[in-house]
Order: sequence, then structure tokens, then C-alpha cells
Amino acid sequence: MLNRNIAAVIVFTVVAVFFVFSALLMHPFGIPEESDMDDYIIDNTQEETGANNGVTSVVFDYRGFDTLGEATVLFTAVAGVIMIFRRLKNE
Amino acid sequence: MSEMSKIVRTISNIAFPFSMIYGLYVIAHGHLTPGGGFQGGAIVASACAMILVAFGSKWTITKIKEKRLSVFESLGAIGFIVLALLGLIFGVAFFSNFLAGSKYLFGTIPPMGSGLANIDTGGVLPLMNFAVGLKVIAGLFVIVLVMAYATTSFKEAKK
Repeated sequence: MLNRNIAAVIVFTVVAVFFVFSALLMHPFGIPEESDMDDYIIDNTQEETGANNGVTSVVFDYRGFDTLGEATVLFTAVAGVIMIFRRLKNE
Repeated sequence: MSEMSKIVRTISNIAFPFSMIYGLYVIAHGHLTPGGGFQGGAIVASACAMILVAFGSKWTITKIKEKRLSVFESLGAIGFIVLALLGLIFGVAFFSNFLAGSKYLFGTIPPMGSGLANIDTGGVLPLMNFAVGLKVIAGLFVIVLVMAYATTSFKEAKK
């Protein structure tokens, strides 16, 4: 039991030190290091997609596959819930 | 889930149209204001879940069947994928915005920079928002409805 406690303390210390150092090494908020993609989307989203909302144009146009995956996840969740509870209802 | 008191029913009757209109507004203006199909669909599904909680699952299941809601959800998914495939046919790639810049529906290009919003913009984005909104409304509400109804009938079967 003592060994497990010592191991837990060591793991906790390592993880805590890692978190503190990564928090200190973070670059300032709101200033991305590489902003090529952001600048491209901010400059061209109104001409290319015709939408004023840049987030929607990214979600449905530039990264449409991601939204397709989200829709698939929702569909799978609904199918699973209906399957489970229909079985419960019939019994 | 049985129905709640008359106070709760009256208040949810009053609040239901407003939250419904707000959610449909968020869906319809997804390409102009913050929000979109997922967020507006979640708002409308929350309004429907409020009605379900207030009036009970037995009353709600007489108004709309879960099979019909599944059909609506599949229609939303099919519309989304068909719009993406139409981009493959009329545009250059899967999910390409073939309506933007054309003279058809939603084809106007807005002026660069911030300004007054025009709802006749966005290409296929509003249509995709409608499809995803329909899918999220039906999907989230059918989850809540089926769970509520199944637990009710399960409790009655145990008695």
C-alpha cells in the first residue's frame, strides 16, 4: 500500500510540474503563432462563400466533412437510443 | 412521465411559441449571426422537451409518433448529403459552394467587411443549415421522447 502511495505522489508531482511548465510556456492569448489559415479565411470568406458569418462558412463549407461526421454521430446516437428503449418497451 | 400542475402547463404554453420562434430564427439566420443549424435545432428541441415535461409523455406521443420524427431526421441527413453531392456535380468538389456567386437562390455576394446583413447570401449554407436544423430538432426530440415514454410504460408494466 505504501508503494502505491509513493507511486501516486510521484505521478502527481510529475503531472503537476508538467502542467505548470506548459502553462508558463504558453504563448499569449489571442495571438496565434501561425496565422496564415486565419488570415486566408478572414480575407476570403465573404467573397468565396457569400456568408457574413465566418464560423458557419468554415463549419459548412471549408470543413464540411467535419460536419458530416458530427451528423453521423448524432444519427448513430439516435439509432442506438431508439433501439435500446424499443426493446425495453416491448418486454 | 405524467403531466405536471396547471401552473407549469400554462407557463410552458406561453413560453413555447417564443422559444420556438427564437430557435427557428437562429437556424434561418445561421449564415449571418452567431448560431446555425446545430444551435438553433438544440433550442427548438429544448422547447419541445419543455412541452414534453409539462404535459407528460402519454399526451405527447398521441400528438407525434417517434417513427415520424425518425423520418424527419433521415430527411435532414439525406438533404445534407444530397446538397454536398450536388456540389460535386455543379461545382468542383464534394461540399463546394456552387450557389454562391450565381444568380439563383441565396446567390448574392455581400460587400467586403462588416455591414448590414442580407439574408439572400451564403449559397448552399442556409440550405445546409435548414437540413442540419431539421435533423437536430428531430434527433434530439426523439431521444427525449422515446426515453420518457419507455420509462413510463416500463414502470406501468412492473406494477
